[in-house]
Amino acid sequence: MDISFKNVSYTYQPNTPFEHRALTDLSFTIPSGSFVAVVGHTGSGKSTLIQHLNGLLRPTAGEVQIGEFKLTANEKPKDMKALRKNVGVVFQYPEHQLFDETVEKDIRFGPSNFDVPDNEIDKRIPEVMDAVHLSTAMLERSPFDLSGGQMRRVAIAGVLAMDPSVVVLDEPTAGLDPKGQKQIMDMFHQLHKEKGLTTVLVTHSMEDALHYADHVIIMDHGTKYMEGNPTEVFTQKEKLQAAQLDLPEIIQFLRKIEETFHISLPYKGQTIPELAAELSLLLKGADGYE
Amino acid sequence: MDMSNSLLIGQYVPSNSFIHRLDPRTKIMIIFFFVVFVFFANSAPSYAWLTVFAIGTALATKIKLTFILKGLTPVWFLIIFTFLLHLIVTKEGEVLVEFVSFSIYSDAIQQGIAISFRFFLLILVTSLLTLTTTPIEITDAIESLLQPLKKIKFPVHELALMMSISLRFIPTLMQETEKISKAQASRGVDFRTGPLKDRIQAVVPLLVPLFVSAFKRAEELAMAMEARGYQGGEGRTKLRELKIAKIDVLSFIVFALVIIILFFLRA
Repeated sequence: MDISFKNVSYTYQPNTPFEHRALTDLSFTIPSGSFVAVVGHTGSGKSTLIQHLNGLLRPTAGEVQIGEFKLTANEKPKDMKALRKNVGVVFQYPEHQLFDETVEKDIRFGPSNFDVPDNEIDKRIPEVMDAVHLSTAMLERSPFDLSGGQMRRVAIAGVLAMDPSVVVLDEPTAGLDPKGQKQIMDMFHQLHKEKGLTTVLVTHSMEDALHYADHVIIMDHGTKYMEGNPTEVFTQKEKLQAAQLDLPEIIQFLRKIEETFHISLPYKGQTIPELAAELSLLLKGADGYE
Repeated sequence: MDMSNSLLIGQYVPSNSFIHRLDPRTKIMIIFFFVVFVFFANSAPSYAWLTVFAIGTALATKIKLTFILKGLTPVWFLIIFTFLLHLIVTKEGEVLVEFVSFSIYSDAIQQGIAISFRFFLLILVTSLLTLTTTPIEITDAIESLLQPLKKIKFPVHELALMMSISLRFIPTLMQETEKISKAQASRGVDFRTGPLKDRIQAVVPLLVPLFVSAFKRAEELAMAMEARGYQGGEGRTKLRELKIAKIDVLSFIVFALVIIILFFLRA
């Protein structure tokens, strides 16, 4: 589903001393099937933005269009449930939403709310368990007996079982160890490709944005600060630093190499081994050794 | 479901008015006596006088009056309800209007207005306390005011600690509630429409995670307190000492004058 924001503004608690403007005149489009990273420091409006994607919030001004669903200050879709079924949101620390007696019942909860027939859910459960790399032996256990990482996978499986066509991820790897972070992100990337999902990833990690996304939106003070192809966006050091953001490690490293050895090695999405090979070739060639 | 939007009672609005800076004990004492003396008002001028005092204090807080009055919306319904109840129940004085089944008496209107006014004044003034005083200040003040009870072995410090912990966690729990209800709404829970039975069932996915996290928090807090050697009130000093300043004395004098005038205005 195509997603578009047209001049969207959102104000929390309007007309009170606590009035707070979280989004200001925000416009962008996300074509169906793309993997978009939304990056920004704390308080830049990222979380507010994603709550518009499934109608938890409606803009105080402007217009949000998700597929055929339209949200403005005065109108909401007749069928909010259909919108929420199509847009699966994995919130920060999704394991906090687990509540049922067994893992299976908890995964069943979402799709059965959306009136998916039981036999269809039965079919989906092993699929989503496989997708999040959990064994079906776990289905009968209580979600509260699992480890933190396993709980998060169960919660993600619960969202995937709704079979959404848009997946919104709010820092899905926060609080996981590095290995767990990579596993979860690789899993989402794989799902994105296999199922042709539209994925919106909110993250602090420039590395993840650079590695997984094909489009980046940088947020600052509730509005769009930069937008574009990740490699283009992440090479503009000064502009990023003005928004209190760092360059991804790999680009920082290449800059350092350029400064130290006076050679140019542009980043084109190479993996680390590929870069190492290019680098050794350049350095050896430059020095004239063989 | 934006809960923070709906209710003003118990919320603190920061500002730097002199009311905000008063010693919390002064505010609590004045409000305590105000609540008592509201019941002494028995004539239109005396009610008017107390209203002038209450509105004047509200203006002195530098918080927008419209904001305060709007924040009391749920209370307005209660006040109107009380008024209507009086209109129907009281059967003294002259008959003013007669309907088929019941009639409205003159005393009913008088009493209805008086009680509603009393109600309004009580709520307004007590909400001014929480609007201008942080929960920590309030518990500090209560601990200090209850000191005499220590003589009869009343656990004053423990009570104050319990109060400040529960006050501290109200906003946290509200936030958590909002977060979890959003997460569950995204999974298709409908908290607002549908038959009552469904709506009650919809609360389960909200309450279970809420309780789980509340217990977890309590455990973490206990552990953190123990790790820092907390052992109750014995020999404990305070970071912010409460001090009665000139402005507090002045406020008491003004308040005393207000009350004296009130007695002259009584019928």
